[in-house]
Amino acid sequence: MLFRKEPRRKIRLKTRVMDGLIMLILLLIVIVTIYPFLNVLAISLNDANDTIKGGIHIFPRVFTLRNYEEVFKDPILITAFINSVVRTVLGAGLGVISTMMVAYVLSRRDFFARKAVATLFAITMYISGGMIPEFLLIKELGMINSFSVYIVPGILGVYYIYIVRSFIDGLPSALQEAACIDGANDLQIFMRVILPLCKPVMATIGLYYAVSHWNSWFDTYLFNSSNPNLTTLQYELMKVLNNSNTAAAGHMLKMKQHAQTVRSVSPQSMRMAITIVATVPILAVYPFVQKYFVRGMTLGAVKD
Amino acid sequence: MINGQVLKPEKKPLTKLMIKQRYLILMVLPFVIWAVIFKYLPLWGWVMAFQDYKPRAGMGLLDYPFVGLKHFIALFQDPMFYDVMRNTLGMSFLQLFIGFPLPIIFAIMLNEVKNIRYKKFIQTSTYLPHFVSWVIVAGIFSTLLSGDGVVNELLLFLGIIKEPVSFLAIPKWFWGICTSAEVWKELGWNSIIFLAAITGIDPTLYEAAKVDGASRLQSIRHITLPGITNTILVILVLDIGWMISIGFEKQYLLGNSLVQDYAKVLDLYILDYGIKLGRYSFGTAIGIFKSVVSIILLYGANKLAKRWRGQTVI
Repeated sequence: MLFRKEPRRKIRLKTRVMDGLIMLILLLIVIVTIYPFLNVLAISLNDANDTIKGGIHIFPRVFTLRNYEEVFKDPILITAFINSVVRTVLGAGLGVISTMMVAYVLSRRDFFARKAVATLFAITMYISGGMIPEFLLIKELGMINSFSVYIVPGILGVYYIYIVRSFIDGLPSALQEAACIDGANDLQIFMRVILPLCKPVMATIGLYYAVSHWNSWFDTYLFNSSNPNLTTLQYELMKVLNNSNTAAAGHMLKMKQHAQTVRSVSPQSMRMAITIVATVPILAVYPFVQKYFVRGMTLGAVKD
Repeated sequence: MINGQVLKPEKKPLTKLMIKQRYLILMVLPFVIWAVIFKYLPLWGWVMAFQDYKPRAGMGLLDYPFVGLKHFIALFQDPMFYDVMRNTLGMSFLQLFIGFPLPIIFAIMLNEVKNIRYKKFIQTSTYLPHFVSWVIVAGIFSTLLSGDGVVNELLLFLGIIKEPVSFLAIPKWFWGICTSAEVWKELGWNSIIFLAAITGIDPTLYEAAKVDGASRLQSIRHITLPGITNTILVILVLDIGWMISIGFEKQYLLGNSLVQDYAKVLDLYILDYGIKLGRYSFGTAIGIFKSVVSIILLYGANKLAKRWRGQTVI
């Protein structure tokens, strides 16, 4: 007997109370997580003049789609939306393909430069040139005010190479050997054997790439802020947020809001509508890949 | 993995091997070149920290005058640097003491939930915020914490405060707000790895403990926690290594002119001085300082883990 035994009934009661307590705490956490999203959604669907009166929680009081109409009427926001979509699709697609190629080559024990290439990539995870040299390099390469700055400098995430490689390492080697005996070359093995088997891990890293492309604003701010044709949704949202933050810092907010009442769309309502537009696309993809990414996440943690 | 027998060629001269592996070379070469340009060339830029670099046409990087440690001395003499370090370390310690243990506790609690659907529901909803950008999280937090936001409403209702508080305008609260935002965003996501580790524990251990009359808390303490210690250590070492590189997004987006003194972290300092004011050499010096400290931290934490557990983490 390692542990002191308690009467059965007491244990049962204690278990029940503990179960209830855990359920309650977890439920609270869920509410705290979800409420803000519902609140934003409710405000974005509520009449702007009415919102200023306050008291909107998870249901709109005066339902309207006016705020969204305003968002989609704004030519800059439309450009931003298109740019964000294009960079996300292109960036994630290229990211997945390039990660797969590098990971496959590194998974081949017989590749003549395997050690050297693996080391070259590994070092970059621990040491980086830092913000200034990277900024100057991109300037030097003439990538300022160009769409390519969204794609090329971050085309692949070195960390994801390791996730994919450990996935490939876990595949049965007999398949590749069989293809090899059938006379397939390396390219054919990659296309016909590796890629079809790697769908789960491709979905995982595809999501990671897509999220980071969709969510990034700093590259627009740093490199492309002077060209409105290259703006992105998150950057536009950041500008709106910055303006309202500056206002909130003082008592200016109240004054500004009073001034805004004459208009039908306040910056706050508009901001909430943009927030929803900027959130929904990612959240729409997420349930489909959810079953994959937990596995991808734990794969990456395996010590190599 | 390719088995040696079939694919490994017999000893061949390198050129022959290269021709045989031409497709592999074609697949990896573009990215080797990419890594050299975008990851290694910036390291060469570290030379700037020891020069007075002012970009001019037709000048190579080595043509600028070398000034030794001038910029590093200037850095350590700048009073602003110490404020920046205090903010960076302050926020990363808060993150380490609060943001690090919470996902572990959360994972353990989640593991106690036996109803699969309820568990799935909690997981799906708590992973959500990880996928939205800091821009959006900052927007959400500034709405929640504003004078007429729900936090004030709740505190007024409970009678804890008498008047609405503009939380984001109080410098002393900034670190706490940043840490809360980070916890809110990443709690669920960061728990995934611990939950996976818990799932990997041999279930017969729990059964044996039950037979021995162990209570739930005793099982957690004697089976679950020891079972995930390795995972905890790996994450802890990595987190310590990242302590000085806490980024700048949340501080930049949540900050405003009123809380400036508590919001400025290393990367914002580099951004302000290095890029906005064009003091490239000074900015690079800060970057080098950051890199060196973070490597020392990672190395030190790894050593410490080795002493405790007899094994290295990275």
